[in-house]
Amino acid sequence: MEMFGGINPAVLIASLMVASTPILLAALGEMVVEKAGVLNLGVEGMMITGAICGFIVAVETGSPLLGFLFAAVGGALLSLIFGVLTQLLLSNQVATGLALTLFGLGFSALLGQGYIGVKAPTLGRIDLGPLSDIPVLGRILFSHDPMVYVSLALVVAIWAFLRFTRAGLILRAVGESHEAAHALGYKVIRVRMLAIMFGGACAGLGGAYLSLVRVPQWTEGMTAGAGWIALALVVFASWKAGRVLVGAYLFGGVTVLQLNLQAAGAKVPVELLSMSPYLITILVLVLISTRGAQGAPASLGRSFNASS
Amino acid sequence: MDRRTLLTTAAMAAGLAATGTAALAQSKTKVGFILVGPKNDGGWSQHHYDSAMVMAEHFGDAVEVVVQESVPEGADSERVMTQMALSGVQLIFTTSFGYMDPTVNVAAKFPNVYFEHATGYKTAPNLSTYSARFYEGRAIQGHIAGKMTKTNKIGYIASFPIPEVIRGINSAYIHAKKVNPDVEFSVIWAFTWFDPAKEADAARALIEQGCDVVLQHTDSTAPQAAAQAAGNVITFGQASDMSDYAPFPRVSSIIDNWAPYYIERVQAVMDGTWTSVMTWDGIGPGMVEIGEISSAVPDDVKAEALAMKDAIANGSYHPFTGPLNKQDGSPWLAEGEIADDGVLAGLDFFVEGLTAEIPS
Repeated sequence: MEMFGGINPAVLIASLMVASTPILLAALGEMVVEKAGVLNLGVEGMMITGAICGFIVAVETGSPLLGFLFAAVGGALLSLIFGVLTQLLLSNQVATGLALTLFGLGFSALLGQGYIGVKAPTLGRIDLGPLSDIPVLGRILFSHDPMVYVSLALVVAIWAFLRFTRAGLILRAVGESHEAAHALGYKVIRVRMLAIMFGGACAGLGGAYLSLVRVPQWTEGMTAGAGWIALALVVFASWKAGRVLVGAYLFGGVTVLQLNLQAAGAKVPVELLSMSPYLITILVLVLISTRGAQGAPASLGRSFNASS
Repeated sequence: MDRRTLLTTAAMAAGLAATGTAALAQSKTKVGFILVGPKNDGGWSQHHYDSAMVMAEHFGDAVEVVVQESVPEGADSERVMTQMALSGVQLIFTTSFGYMDPTVNVAAKFPNVYFEHATGYKTAPNLSTYSARFYEGRAIQGHIAGKMTKTNKIGYIASFPIPEVIRGINSAYIHAKKVNPDVEFSVIWAFTWFDPAKEADAARALIEQGCDVVLQHTDSTAPQAAAQAAGNVITFGQASDMSDYAPFPRVSSIIDNWAPYYIERVQAVMDGTWTSVMTWDGIGPGMVEIGEISSAVPDDVKAEALAMKDAIANGSYHPFTGPLNKQDGSPWLAEGEIADDGVLAGLDFFVEGLTAEIPS
């Protein structure tokens, strides 16, 4: 199974799934938020808050699963600040989102003071017995930690929710035209608040995946822009869950591939390899989105006030 | 907004206060340290910090130590140094290679403040450099790595293409190759000193490529965690012992011990005998220490490694002893010839046999 100058594709795919999971989780959450017509630029801040909340809880309790739970809670609580400010107090969404990122970065650094260099319990692989021993497929599909499967299940669940359920239809209606949804008697603010909190929880999970599985360690600013990449992915993926998956795996894949190419001694300039994930992901997603409808929710980023 | 702004504001206020009371005789010697990572990074910065604390304890009330952590290399560091100098710090240690030019600039602006830059090569009348011969420790790591690898593939997470890192790769390779002619090195340039996420990814990529030894010239313990997860990979602690990961995957380490140097230099400032020097000490004087070789290493390999350590310490063996060729096959050192410090200080090429490239 040796290909591409000594790089084993099965191992590569397995590790790109791990590398992509944080961005995938965050981007899925943000997609739902934007589908409800809210633009939350605070993904980076919510991710890093989730990373530290999850890390602290996992270290203190010894349970990575509890860590993930509290990471989701932490991310959702932080997003609630954004929700209250933008939905109830009608502040500007762009400015509030940016502020949320700055706040999250500083707040997480404060919380994490005593946790630098501490070892955390990490999430083991699920033991799927003989399935994991299937050549190639076993390595790709059946040898991961639970969160990888959670993220994949989330892709399907969100796609099905938005496409087939009544609640999903209402959420999309709120995002397309909040006046019309309001006139039909739907609670626009309530739907948006729930979507914002869901987005925060997903971003928190993504952050905790970094601090508990992928690294696994806590350092200030460890998300290193992953939240911004997640935000960009949502746009380039035209607000479609499947394309978010493609974009996230593409980005993670090229990131892992370029390191493997370096390790395999490929004669490509290191600088070029380092920038390739950004270049290739943007290029491919732009190509995809030039064909067909863009699908931006019509009310995206607009404040709603029932009295106006 | 962030703590650094707050701290620099505080430093500025302290600076103003200091100029106001400059007439008062200074009873305490103020010593500043600038760290590239957090002071508890478990590696490079932590060892500078710990050594600084040993120094502070040695002098007790006679010194006041100011530490600024996680200072980015570049313009930011120049600002931090300036603030320190303004606030009355008399001796400033800048502890990362990338602080070199900023330190030179600030030293020129404050002729009455003494500066000490770690791992660089530029000096001034009030600017010394100090570094450790880490390559001596790398020789020992190379020996252990060459003996212990089963896949004959050794991974190396390099930080920046600077002489210190290049010396380390060469030294490890020469000594691995000496005991295991089939050994191959895979090098990943991380372009960072401290970024656990990047270091973890790099370690994982190396392990996926079949490396069962991972050497790191970056400062976090993330590669150790990746090796532990893989289960059959050995590592070495970098800059500090990283003994959390002993006895396996971490089988030994290079420890930087700066405390004696810091005590000596602060004493010189107190005595008024400080002069600009270029210090480059190794295992012999104790600036480079070899962390305990763990039980995962076979006894005979451990004995050989310790013998090499003694030989390096007493000067009977130099890790860069000919015959050695450069990567392109041209001769570098003749049989028995020892590399001179001038060439080593500016080393910018790999030795023959390494297949990786040095980014320009």
